[in-house]
Amino acid sequence: MSANQEMAAKYKNSFLKEVEDQVEMGEWVKMCMQCGVCSGSCPTNFHPGWEHPPQEIFMMIRAGKREEVLTSPSMWMCTSCYNCIVRCPRKLPITHIMHGLANYAHRLGVAPKNQPTRAFSTLFWSNAIATGRVNELKLSMGLYFKDAEGKINIGEGIKKGLAMKDVALGLLKARRLNPFEIFGGHKCKDQKGIAAMLKKARELEDKRKALPQSGASR
Amino acid sequence: MAKRQYAFYPGCSSQKGASASNYLTSVESMCKTLDIQLTEIPDWNCCGASIGYGEAGELPRHVMNARNFALAETNLPGQDIVATCAACWLGAKESKERIEHSSQLMADTQEALKEAGLQIKVMPEIRHMAEVLVEDFGFEELGRHVKNPLKGLKFAGYVGCQTNRPFGIAGENFENPMYLDKIVETMGGEAVPYDQKVTCCGGALAFSEPDKAQAQIKDIIEAAYDGGAEMIVTPCPLCQANVEIYQGHINKKYGTKFNIPVLYYSQLMTIAYGGSAKEAGLDGQVIRAPKLEAIAK
Repeated sequence: MSANQEMAAKYKNSFLKEVEDQVEMGEWVKMCMQCGVCSGSCPTNFHPGWEHPPQEIFMMIRAGKREEVLTSPSMWMCTSCYNCIVRCPRKLPITHIMHGLANYAHRLGVAPKNQPTRAFSTLFWSNAIATGRVNELKLSMGLYFKDAEGKINIGEGIKKGLAMKDVALGLLKARRLNPFEIFGGHKCKDQKGIAAMLKKARELEDKRKALPQSGASR
Repeated sequence: MAKRQYAFYPGCSSQKGASASNYLTSVESMCKTLDIQLTEIPDWNCCGASIGYGEAGELPRHVMNARNFALAETNLPGQDIVATCAACWLGAKESKERIEHSSQLMADTQEALKEAGLQIKVMPEIRHMAEVLVEDFGFEELGRHVKNPLKGLKFAGYVGCQTNRPFGIAGENFENPMYLDKIVETMGGEAVPYDQKVTCCGGALAFSEPDKAQAQIKDIIEAAYDGGAEMIVTPCPLCQANVEIYQGHINKKYGTKFNIPVLYYSQLMTIAYGGSAKEAGLDGQVIRAPKLEAIAK
């Protein structure tokens, strides 16, 4: 059974309970009073618009629309601007809930496949933890030469790279992009320690998530 | 001994040859004038930024920040951590808050840190450089060092998101924070009325969803021109890069003729404090700022 099927079976008809247990800050979802200030405050909601803006997602969770929520590209539209958080009259940590839902869908393997922000998040995190510090050159190369599934696509990469040529040249000229970063670049000294620390963190996180407790105690 | 000492967290983008390296150049110059000693946290690591959320999850994200806390506290005890990057500050502050709030998370964090031979004994304070300027110095003291006022120059103070929300600078309003305008004015410049002051630049979506982000960036730049600004100034490395480097693409897409320099507050301060264009990192602009270069000593 896949992780997704396992979780769906475990929580049967209560997607709200599942979100409360498994999603970062999920225990706040039931506090939403559907005022819509979050949706009206979201910058990407207008360019051209989320499939389901946050308050709609909250209602869908309560209505048990599990698959529609988890497979939606909506949460991946979050720019982490935190406007929804500071404006929410009930102080829901909406940004974190969106991140949490996206991360949960990603963990279950049901998030939309060709979602570019999903791919970029994975690319960014693996870039950052590889040496402890972000390698901006490799990050942008990865962005252009890998598709959303992480597969290398040279043709697409060259096309995208060419479209970005003027931006890259501008940065090179200003000495804000270093071509030699390709050979390594900035990094932490204790990479071994960082890797061991992250391995343990992942292990503990998996353990906590596999043993769902009531939302309030997390 | 320097007047004030901090454990410095420069962040990935401020490193040599990285996208905000000119930010660091100007911060160093500004701190020299203010007699601030920044000691880099030894072997600091990436904060995970906001965009790491999809892959990282909770604990891995928090332990990355916790490692920096432990390193700072061990090597530079008693010093506040100061970040210049908005995302580093936000990410670190968020992790600190979460870890302090939950004994389970604290225990898990310590267990993971042990793998790297580290431990948090005392949780350090996490501050943004803008906070240091406003709270530890105050506008009056910042103004005392001005030798070369930015007279007649008009700036749009683009605060953006992450130094403003969700934490913000104490006493400021989320919808209309004033600290950046006040810094501009303290340096002798003019802060123009600017209705996109706290609009998001798209953040990491500038990479993954460029059309969406560029639509937002267009609004941000347009409003700066509408307010009569000659330059935009910001406290955030990603805001700076996003608003500066895509102007060509936006012009092509929308038929605009944008060509407005985007600077850091620390570059303005360096020039106003009598520093040279080089000391202010003005040679690091993709869109050069000739009016600021012209008055530089």
